[in-house]
Parts: sequence; C-alpha cells; structure tokens
Amino acid sequence: MKTVKFGVVVFPGTNCDRDTSWVIQSVCKSEVRYVWHTETDISDLDVVILAGGFSYGDYLRSGAIAHYSPVMKAVKEHADRGKLVLGICNGFQILVESHLLKGAFLHNKTQHFLCQKQYLKVATTDSPFTMKYARDEVIQIPIAHGEGNYYLPQADLDEALTYDLIAFQYCDKQGVVNEETNPNGSTASIAGILNRQKNVLGMMPHPERSSEVEMGSTDGKKIFEGILQWIQSV
Amino acid sequence: MKVKIEVFLRGDVFDPQGKAILNAVHHLGYEKTTSVQVGKVFLLDIEGDRSTVEKQAKEIADKLLANPVIENFTVTVL
Repeated sequence: MKTVKFGVVVFPGTNCDRDTSWVIQSVCKSEVRYVWHTETDISDLDVVILAGGFSYGDYLRSGAIAHYSPVMKAVKEHADRGKLVLGICNGFQILVESHLLKGAFLHNKTQHFLCQKQYLKVATTDSPFTMKYARDEVIQIPIAHGEGNYYLPQADLDEALTYDLIAFQYCDKQGVVNEETNPNGSTASIAGILNRQKNVLGMMPHPERSSEVEMGSTDGKKIFEGILQWIQSV
Repeated sequence: MKVKIEVFLRGDVFDPQGKAILNAVHHLGYEKTTSVQVGKVFLLDIEGDRSTVEKQAKEIADKLLANPVIENFTVTVL
C-alpha cells in the first residue's frame, strides 16, 4: 500500500499542530512531519494540513499575515498540482486570505468566542475529504472560534451550489439547517467548503478533536480516512 | 510622509460589532443614533514623493490592510 505523507504547517501562534499530528500518526497510522512557516520546499508531501490556532496572534484579520509567510507560496503550488490541502479553523481562515478558497471571515454574529460540540450535516460526499460519509449524514465535530462567520458573496455562493462545493453545514441533531441552528452567522450555514477542483477543503470544526473515542466523538476521523483512501486509490 | 489608511466593512456586509455598540448607545439613551460602523485606522510613514507614496499606500491597503471581499478603504496623505 502506498505510504501517504502528511505535513502539518506550523506558524507562530498555531496551537493545534500536535493534536493533528497525533491523529495522523497514532490514530490513522500514517506518516507526518511538521512544516515550519519559513520552509519553501514541501514537495515530499502528499497532503498539507494548515492546523488551527491563532497564527500571528490573529492580528489585522485572522489568517491575513500568515498569507505572506514563505510556506504559503509552496502550499499554493502544492494545491495547483492537484494535491490535497486541508485547512482547519485558523487554517481555513488562512486559505481564504490566501485566495485558495473564496469568501472572507467576519466576527461571529453573537460577538462571543464559541467553544462547543457542534452538529454538522454532510452536504457532499463528492470529495476526497468527505467520501467516507453518507450524504446528509449528521455528524458531531467541535468548534472553537471567534471569527467563524464565513461570508460568501452571492455569485460565489451560486457557484458553490452549482458545483456542489459545500462540504459541511451547521445543523441541529435532526439535521435541520436554518438561522437558529447556525452558531456564527455564516453564509448558508457553511461550516466547510471546497475549491472548484475539490482538492482543497477549509472547515471551521476540528476533526482532530473528534477522532478518538476518548474525545467523545470519532466522527472527524473519516476525513483523514477519506484522504488516505483517496490517495491510495489514485 | 505620513499616510492615513481607513478600513471599513462594506455597506452590504453585516457588522456585528457595530450592531452591539449601537445597542449600547441606545441603552445610554441616545435613541437618535441610527448606525455605528466599526473600522480600523492605520498610520504609515512612507518615504518618497507624494504620488509614489499614495500609490504604494493604496497597494499596501489592497494587498494586506483591507480584504476587498468585505472591506473598503480610503487613503489620505497627511
């Protein structure tokens, strides 16, 4: 079986890098290394993960300063070659600021930092990241963010709907997606979205915090398993 | 040369901070206040002649200080 090599990018202020590496290495039994933000050669990697945290203290806008770190040029080239990129929480914000995904982030509609268990609806299974789920399946993955109010202009939302790019939507236990079940005010309750080629996923929930029984949910593990299966089947 | 760059959310983007502050203003009794917008102000010192400084300040605002998807900016050479 093909060995899949993950890289977890570490910016100053990233704080979910160890959790993410733990899940890849100890839970999914795959190879992983840390990628420091000044690195420019990541050609050894099959998958790049931008982990959660507060890169550069969230100064200016979340992810705005990380965009200009040397490693991001390499991450863009990695994505342009069709390789997989997963941005989790602050990683999602960095992908948006770097224009690898469309849209922008605003403060949560409540103005509060949200740290809670969260139900999500799987909106598409047509991607390497979501192929292990069932369509419309309700899963639980925690969220922890202050600026998770994902804003997508109407034209980009139309594109996302046309090409089935919405990966996850916030919902309640029954899978109801509406304003009341949307914790942060994001456009169309979007919790995770893919790029047009579907090799880049950004998501606010933390799958690395829900990949082991001890953590209360294992629903996030299927994202990493999907990545592995997809690469091994190519 | 000193340059002031002001960044505000675009009018069609909901500003939760502005809304929260507006509510607080109303609680203070200033009911005639109808909107509050929260923005950022940056003061930069840039060397060069006026037109070059203005051009560079606009580039900096567009590339980094503002996110054109949600924000507008104005540049004033002081």
